[in-house]
Amino acid sequence: MLRAYSIFVYLFLYGPIALIVLFSFNAGLSAADFQGFSIRWYQKVAGNSLMLDALRTSFTVALSSAGLATLMGTMAALALQRVRGPVRVIFDGLTYIAIMVPGIVIGIATLIALVTTFEAANAVLAQIWPGDAPPQLHMGYGSIIAAHTLFSMALVIVIVRARIAGMDRSLIEASMDLYADPWATFRQVTLPQLAPAILAGFLLCFTFSFDDFVIAFFVAGPLNTLPIYVFSSIRRGVTPEINAIGTAIMMFSLIMLFSAQLLLRRKSVPKKA
Amino acid sequence: MSAGTQAIATQATAERKQSGRWLTALLLAPSAVWFFVLLILPLVVVLVYSVGVRAPAGGYQAAFTFDNYLNLPARWTAFKNTLTLAPLGTLICLIAGYPLAYFLAVKSSARWRVLLLILVIVPFWTSFLIRTYAWIFILGGRGIPAILDAMGIHDVRFINTPFAVMCGIVYAYLPLMVFPIYVSLEKLDKRLLEASEDLGASPLATFRQITLPLSAPGIITGCMLVFILLMGEYLIPQMLGGGKVFFIGNALVDLFLQSLNWPYGSAVAMGLVVIMLVTVSLYLRVTAATGGRRDESLI
Repeated sequence: MLRAYSIFVYLFLYGPIALIVLFSFNAGLSAADFQGFSIRWYQKVAGNSLMLDALRTSFTVALSSAGLATLMGTMAALALQRVRGPVRVIFDGLTYIAIMVPGIVIGIATLIALVTTFEAANAVLAQIWPGDAPPQLHMGYGSIIAAHTLFSMALVIVIVRARIAGMDRSLIEASMDLYADPWATFRQVTLPQLAPAILAGFLLCFTFSFDDFVIAFFVAGPLNTLPIYVFSSIRRGVTPEINAIGTAIMMFSLIMLFSAQLLLRRKSVPKKA
Repeated sequence: MSAGTQAIATQATAERKQSGRWLTALLLAPSAVWFFVLLILPLVVVLVYSVGVRAPAGGYQAAFTFDNYLNLPARWTAFKNTLTLAPLGTLICLIAGYPLAYFLAVKSSARWRVLLLILVIVPFWTSFLIRTYAWIFILGGRGIPAILDAMGIHDVRFINTPFAVMCGIVYAYLPLMVFPIYVSLEKLDKRLLEASEDLGASPLATFRQITLPLSAPGIITGCMLVFILLMGEYLIPQMLGGGKVFFIGNALVDLFLQSLNWPYGSAVAMGLVVIMLVTVSLYLRVTAATGGRRDESLI
């Protein structure tokens, strides 16, 4: 009974995904019209310049925000193991809020805060700019990357701190006893132990940013990220092309996810210097 | 060691401590700035705007009034839908997810367990948009209704109904429910189940008196995660509810991007945040009471 039910749940989880993949290879125009195997929708996607632009934007945003978040999050996690008291409580609270507050509220709050700041800054710039055309601040790459970095950074802090907590302290003490300076200890002992968690954090941040619709929807300004493009295509109507894009996106996130899983599950780094 | 070298050593330690403090501050500075500029400041702006008034051309005009909050009942439908469908969705996820978590933790063979567990989590990390789209594809005019039509059952509509929204919700959030329950069931000492059986308890009594109470922390964590994410949901009602079944998130998009009523939208957003804060602190109190762990990671 229980086994049969579990099989049913797996069918429920994977059936819809399988349908999308199946129909992305359908030569016909709709689900009701199955005409055999074809890659014509993939060819159509490959020639869709709007989609390719959106893909490029998403890549740029995901790489930059994941990079920034990993760097700043790791730095914070390293520092937080050394502090106690109010600083630590404040950072715990901030990390918690950043993860808890719904994406839609973060998106809205960032939108109105940035628009207000930009309006004021543009007015000042227009006053003091010596030339005729003062630079205008507006929503775009900067705002999406900044907003995605916030959530991703909180994620990295949580992941790397968990790893630090489970780290073998005796190696660090041994390194200090052997007169390695703190920087050498960090580079040769701490960093290699943290590397899998840091890399996994990076991949998860990339996946989050690449997949996020709600935050980007508010702060993207005139830009289209891939999810924004897909969302507006779906609004215009369901086409086999969307199945092809969807299949490609899912394949890509699967690869990212499995890399992250492998890294997180590796218990230790057997690499020798 | 002579007194001189000892003094030098103490001085070196003091210097290292001093430079360590600087290093800590330097390491924390970027994230602190980020948290302040992109989290605290925006939330404060929302709070300030929520007591303002709408400028004639849309946007914000400075004021101090609680009218926006007093007007919240005007969006009662959105609050009502969210506050009924989010708990209902959480409950369905729990009922659908618990047996699977139980199967994975207690009944499945150790060889397959990890693979089966990964298979549950994987969909959660693949494109949310595409997974929701899959249900438009299935429930939409050319999906199941077309098949039913061919079978002679006409005029069946699924899309843009609460049923469609619920399908999307359960599909999207089931993995998030299964995982924490699995974790707490896996920690359960299986000998307790045997002991209960040996003492002549019926399977139902064993489940009610041992399995269920001991998996309570996982149930609470799973329900909380799903509930919190559902409260802020926008995409599922937007895509599968088609403007007929809408959540607070949909009201927010409408207020900020269409009617440009930022102050009222800010008040709605604050309402959502307050509801969530109340639920989360209630949750923390309950978990503290049951002694559950709340840091069961999803990764």
